[in-house]
Amino acid sequence: MIIKQLSVFLENKTGRLNEVTDCLGAADINLTALSIADTSEFGILRMIVSDPDKALKILKNAGFAVSLTEVVCLQSPNTPGSLAKALDILSGEGVFIEYLYAFSNGNNAANVVLKPGNIQKCITILQKNKMKLLKEDDLYQL
Amino acid sequence: MIWNEKMECADRSTIEAVQLERLKETVERIYYHVPSYRKKMQEINLTPADIKKLSDLTKLPFTIKQDLRDGYPFGMFSAPRREIVRIHASSGTTGNPTVVGYTRKDLTTWAELVARGMAMTGMDQNDTIQIAYGYGLFTGGLGLHYGGECLGASVIPMSSGNTKKQIKIMTDFGATVLACTPSYALHIAETIEEKKIPGEDIKLKIGIFGAEPWTEAMRNQIEEKLHIKAYDIYGLSEIMGPGVGCECTAQNGMHIHEDHFIPEIINPKTLEPVAPGEEGELVITTITKEGIPLIRYRTRDLTKLHYGKCECGRTLVRMERCKGRSDDMLIIRGVNVFPSQIESVLLEMSETEPHYLLIVERIGTLDSLKLMVEVQQQFFSDEVKNLQNLRKKIAANLKSTLGIAVNVELVEPKTIERTSGKAKRVIDKRKL
Repeated sequence: MIIKQLSVFLENKTGRLNEVTDCLGAADINLTALSIADTSEFGILRMIVSDPDKALKILKNAGFAVSLTEVVCLQSPNTPGSLAKALDILSGEGVFIEYLYAFSNGNNAANVVLKPGNIQKCITILQKNKMKLLKEDDLYQL
Repeated sequence: MIWNEKMECADRSTIEAVQLERLKETVERIYYHVPSYRKKMQEINLTPADIKKLSDLTKLPFTIKQDLRDGYPFGMFSAPRREIVRIHASSGTTGNPTVVGYTRKDLTTWAELVARGMAMTGMDQNDTIQIAYGYGLFTGGLGLHYGGECLGASVIPMSSGNTKKQIKIMTDFGATVLACTPSYALHIAETIEEKKIPGEDIKLKIGIFGAEPWTEAMRNQIEEKLHIKAYDIYGLSEIMGPGVGCECTAQNGMHIHEDHFIPEIINPKTLEPVAPGEEGELVITTITKEGIPLIRYRTRDLTKLHYGKCECGRTLVRMERCKGRSDDMLIIRGVNVFPSQIESVLLEMSETEPHYLLIVERIGTLDSLKLMVEVQQQFFSDEVKNLQNLRKKIAANLKSTLGIAVNVELVEPKTIERTSGKAKRVIDKRKL
């Protein structure tokens, strides 16, 4: 249930993001989801890709500061209140969320990538509450 | 007013006679009391008896900042500890600061020389001087303080910072003289403008500014904004502190108190004296100090000396405003910063590479220091707060070593240019 997310440090300068996406495109790696955390001095690019290990190697060789981070991906119904329900459960159990981002792949479902403070506890709680978590293979092929 | 007319207006032969006598005493003192000096002299077969005329000075070895550091803390002192009544220190490059000690006589001399300088600017006992140099190990605050008291002026020991309060005290107490770094003076002037404080509330007439490089353009700006006459004061803690030289109302170079210091100008590459009037590195020998006399101390400041009589009536030699440095020291908001200090902080931290670029800018009127530093691959984090914490940690370590705030910017690994030769570590964008 643990998903590998690719995290890339980006200096704030024009064209730096293109260089990442160019590298990955040339290596035939598909992006499933992506988000950028921006600060006034730098950005952190977080991505779910079709082949995270290969992408890591490619970006490292290209000179990027990059790492793999463990996250979980919750699939919830694409209806009002369903994310709130999941978050209520997590906060009720004291699970802290560092960040999250969401995407929808057109079906009647929304996918939420979560970086919890305690990943094992988060998975256990969500599963206990019958929430659907995507597996690596499901997600990378979306 | 000329504070000590006998010395400040003496003819050349009188000054030289005083200098020779005092030089001989000083050489004797350091030879018998400072082992490192004795060793240096013995290595070149020199004894105090070899100093017979003033030009014999050039036979003596140079002293450099590293000598003081090697003797840290008190190795270069030539007075017994029971005679030392004050200790000051300036920031060091890699750990140890340079420490100086003063005997009671040294402090009396220092106060007199600062008072002489103040008198040169037209100050007298009717003046109220606000001292906005830092008080502490730095010699700026206390040096001006005791000089002001010696002169008989009313001294307001504000120390640096808290501009709002500086201005309140300045107006309420009717300060007529401001002593601080030139960039801080400009900052105060701009704050006064912003706060729309009426001109008649500011009683300032004179500014005594030093401890950092400034230009004639900056002087004009300060004089215009504050409606004062701005004077340059020179000094360094190793030699005494502020007051080694000071400008008179002619504003045409700083008079060096030659009855206490012998200045020379050398070529920093060949270490030979330059032709009279030529630019080079200022070298100073102290000839009355007891706590820590220094022989031919290389100040690293580049300037010129003029021996012609000044229109103020003084015969003391005048040094021009410092043109720059013969080493890589930067002066940021009056604080000495060496790039090697930054390198040592980065090397001590496992998270960073010792690859950095230092950018010095003058934003508005204040100097700012930006450090671009590479993050090591393995310390890169997907979480913003971890990287922000790393930035804060680097900034805190730098602040504690350098004594000033540094704006830290994390950059990607291998993005700072590597060169095979001497790396370009510093970009100084200040127009000085």
